[in-house]
Amino acid sequence: MRIEVDAPKCVTSGQCVMIAPDVFDQDDDGIVIVLDENPAEGQRGVVEESAAVCPAAAIFVIED
Amino acid sequence: MADTLTSFDENPHGLVDFPMAKEQTCPFDPPPALKRIQDEQPLTRVRLWDGSSPWLVTRFEDVRTLLSDARVSSNALGDGFPHFNAAGKARFQSNHTFVNMDAPEHPRMRKMVTRPFMVKRVEALRPQIQAMTNELIDEMLAGPKPADFIEALALPLPSLVISELLGVPYQDHKFFQDQSAVLAERDAAPEKVVAAIDALRDYLGQLIQAKRKSPQQDLLSELVTERVDNDELTDQDAVELSILLLAAGHETTANMIGLGTLALLQHPDQLALVRETDDPAVVSKTVEELLRWLTIPHLGRRRVAAEDIEIGGVVIRAGEGIICAADIANRDPAEFENPDALDITRDARKHVAFGFGVHQCLGQPLARVELQVVWSTLFKRVPTLALSGDFRDLPYKHDALIYGLYDMPVTW
Ligand code: HEM
Ligand code: SF4
Repeated sequence: MRIEVDAPKCVTSGQCVMIAPDVFDQDDDGIVIVLDENPAEGQRGVVEESAAVCPAAAIFVIED
Repeated sequence: MADTLTSFDENPHGLVDFPMAKEQTCPFDPPPALKRIQDEQPLTRVRLWDGSSPWLVTRFEDVRTLLSDARVSSNALGDGFPHFNAAGKARFQSNHTFVNMDAPEHPRMRKMVTRPFMVKRVEALRPQIQAMTNELIDEMLAGPKPADFIEALALPLPSLVISELLGVPYQDHKFFQDQSAVLAERDAAPEKVVAAIDALRDYLGQLIQAKRKSPQQDLLSELVTERVDNDELTDQDAVELSILLLAAGHETTANMIGLGTLALLQHPDQLALVRETDDPAVVSKTVEELLRWLTIPHLGRRRVAAEDIEIGGVVIRAGEGIICAADIANRDPAEFENPDALDITRDARKHVAFGFGVHQCLGQPLARVELQVVWSTLFKRVPTLALSGDFRDLPYKHDALIYGLYDMPVTW
C-alpha cells in the first residue's frame, strides 16, 4: 500500500491528521504532508478511512 | 411522482415549503417531512421564503457528491443562490468572505487564516481550554441553583477560546456575543443584521489598527503584520475575515455544547459511558456521534449550479439553487445503521455536520477539542447534573440559522 496526496487540493480540514496521525501531518499552513508513504498493513483501516472522509478527495491509497 | 408529493404540506404551486417544522415531541430529530422526502423523492424541488424553488438534496451520497463538485458554486452575490431569508441575504452581501467565494479566490483567502486551526496548534491549546472549562464549572457550582447552562458554560467557553485565538479582549464579550447572536437570528430585519455587522466592523477595524502598532501573538496581529503588510490582503479583507471568524466561533460550538449536553442528559445510559471512561477514544466517538445526530446547522448547505449537473436521474440546470440538507443526510439509513438512534459507540466520523468539499468547516479541529474537553470533564465534575424542568418546554432555536437552545436551566 502506497500513499499519494494531491496537496494543492487539500483544504486543511485536518481530518486525516486526526484519524491517522502516524501517516499524515500538516505543514505550517495546514496543508497535508505524508509522514509515512508506505504504511504498515496495520494502518490500512485508518488510511482508507482518511481517504474516504477527506473533503477534498486529496488522498489516494495505491496498491502496487 | 405527483402522487407521492400529495402527502406533504403543499403550497398552491405544488411544491413543499422549506424549511419545515420539527416535531414538537422530538426536538432532536429533523422534521418528519424531510425523512419522507428522503424515502420517496430524495432529489426534489422545494419552495423558499422568496418564492424561489431550489433543489433539495437529502441523501448522504448525493450531498457528498454535490458539495465536492467544482460546478457547484457558493457565490451568494449572483442570481439563483438560495438565501436563508432576507436577513441572510443582507448578511452575505455585507460581510463578503471566502464562505461565499469559489476557486481561485476561495482557497487563496481561506489559506490566510488556516494556521491557528491546524490539528497540532489546536491540540497545544487543550490544557488552556481544560483550565477555562474547570474554572467555568467552578463558578457555576459556586452560584445559585438552578443555573442557566448556556450562560454558565456553553457560550462563555467558545467565546473565551475564539477571543484568545483572534486576540479580541474578552472584557468586550457582551458586545460581540450580542452582535453575533443577531447574525444567527433567522427572522431578524435585514437592517438589524447590517447594523450588527457594521458595529462589529467598526470594533474589529479599530482593534486591527491597534494590533498594527503593537502586534501580539494572535491571529489578528498575524493578519496585519504578515498578510496586509505583504500586500496579500487589504485592511478591509482582514476586517471582513475577522468578523466571519468571531461570529463562526460563537454561533456553532456554543449551540453544540448546549444541545449535546441536553441529548446526553436525555440518554442516561450513554451519559454513564462518557462519565465512567478515561479513554479519549470513547469521548471522541461521543463528539462525532452527537455532531452527526444533532447536525445543528439545520437549514442545509446553500449552493447554486454553475453548469448543468446530472445527478440521481435529474438534471440541475445552471443557475438553479441547491440545498444540501446535512441533517437528514446524516440520518440516511443507507449510510448509518439505525440512523435515528443516538449511539455513542458507533463510528460516525464520516458525518457531514461540518459540511463537505472545499468549504468544509475550517474550525472543526478547534470545535472538536472544545467538545471533547467539555464532555470528558462535565459529568465527572458534576455527576448529579440534571435538567431543571421538562425538556419539551425548553426554548429551542427553531428560528435560528444554527439550531440549539436559548437557555437551559440545570441543577445538581
Ligand atoms: C460544532 C461546531 C461547528 C459546526 C457544527 C460548524 C459547521 C460548519 C459547516 C457546516 C460549515 C460549512 C459551510 C458550507 O459548506 O456552506 C462550516 C464552515 C466554516 N466554519 Fe464551522 N462549524 C463549527 C465550528 C466552527 C468554529 C469554532 C470556527 C472557528 C472560527 C468555524 C469556522 C468556520 C469557517 C471559517 C467556515 C467557512 C469555511 C469555508 O467556506 O471554506 N466553525 N462550519
Ligand atoms: S483530510 Fe484531506 S483536506 Fe483534510 S487535511 Fe487531510 S488531505 Fe487535507
